[in-house]
Amino acid sequence: MRGATVTVSLLLASGALAFILAFIAGLSRVSENKAVRVLTMIYVEFFRGTSLLVQLFWIFFVLPQLFDIRLDPFTAGVVTLGLNYAAYASEIVRGAILAVPDGQTEAAIALNMSKFQRMRYIILPQALRTMLPGFGNISIELLKGTSLVSLITLQDMMYLAQNLRAADYSQSLQVFGILLILYFVLALPLIVLSRYLERRASRGVASA
Amino acid sequence: MEIFNWSYAAEVFPTIFRAMFVTLGITLASFAVALVLGLILTLLRRSPVKIIAYLTYGFIEFVRGTPVLVQLFFVYFAWPLVPVIGFEMSAMTAGISTLGIHYSTYLSEIYRSGIESVDQGQWEASRALNFSKAKTWTKIILPQAVPPVIPMLGNYLIVLFKETPLLMAISVNEMLMTARNLGSQVFSFVEVYTIVGLLFLLLSYPSSLFVGYMERRMNTRYMRKAKVQKMKKEDVIS
Repeated sequence: MRGATVTVSLLLASGALAFILAFIAGLSRVSENKAVRVLTMIYVEFFRGTSLLVQLFWIFFVLPQLFDIRLDPFTAGVVTLGLNYAAYASEIVRGAILAVPDGQTEAAIALNMSKFQRMRYIILPQALRTMLPGFGNISIELLKGTSLVSLITLQDMMYLAQNLRAADYSQSLQVFGILLILYFVLALPLIVLSRYLERRASRGVASA
Repeated sequence: MEIFNWSYAAEVFPTIFRAMFVTLGITLASFAVALVLGLILTLLRRSPVKIIAYLTYGFIEFVRGTPVLVQLFFVYFAWPLVPVIGFEMSAMTAGISTLGIHYSTYLSEIYRSGIESVDQGQWEASRALNFSKAKTWTKIILPQAVPPVIPMLGNYLIVLFKETPLLMAISVNEMLMTARNLGSQVFSFVEVYTIVGLLFLLLSYPSSLFVGYMERRMNTRYMRKAKVQKMKKEDVIS
């Protein structure tokens, strides 16, 4: 199953994009500048409000027509998955930042730290611990989301499985059975990791 | 060529709008399946027979760990080939049952959080009053466990709604499929896909606002913050 490499690289690329964007969007959601806040809110609500598959089709089929931006299936897949899951992940970032007690911010102000220092050294390190389990869950969702790109003809595991089935209908059971197991094997480390992070996060911080 | 053809958009809108009701029907039907099946899974997981509890747990993890699309293909194409228990079904049935099964595993987690937040004393009290097991569940535990988690169930209804376009992969005529058929007649997908996107937004955003409102109300009403909210944080993501 060569498709696995496509699936995994898609997962990694869109995962990286999603987490970077999520940080940016999450930070802008708590920005003091109202315009920035509203703009990111629109972005987040838009991507959370519509279906991933519809977005994928829109970016792959409509963008070339509308603005003459042509993306190959892989880029389109990465961009859509990245943008979509970044919207969900940014909510986690925002929640985690807001969950840091106000006293921490006040203490940082009292210590005469700049806004940047406050975020970088005080808030983020604490927020990060709360974020991690959520990120683990998101990456599982992302893995599952990658199967959709087969519908815009990217040759990932799903797409190749469909081809195999088309070649011999009587093999459907084996093909899709194996495919299910493959996806689960890929997801398993992520599941275990996120469970572990969840346990750790709830243990370490609770006493503080 | 015009960039966005308004008259064409107006022309296809009624067709897509009609397909929207198919989408809504699928959503409600599979959510009903998920609600019932989710409850069954929750109860099985709490079964005193260890093997049943573990098998259920394994099933839940497996279903949650694999993509809906693959499950959909498995149910539609591969299930009829399974010896003895396999049977063929229409694309619509396959779609509804796959979505139903997939989301029942998520819903079962929510029920679980609701059940666990019922006070231990309630169990003891119902035992002291000599309630049968079935009575304990139906009269004491579930009426307290379910209402506080209704907003979270609502969240999943919206998630489920956004997953329905997947069914186009097995050629169910829902909104996106209709849009694609229309678009391929004139080789222009701008209008049709934009309309579909906007309709989704139009339906799901107000409902998510409503769910958020319900959630705040429930929280003040039930004051079961600690446990339920922790679960919520983890589950909102999907």
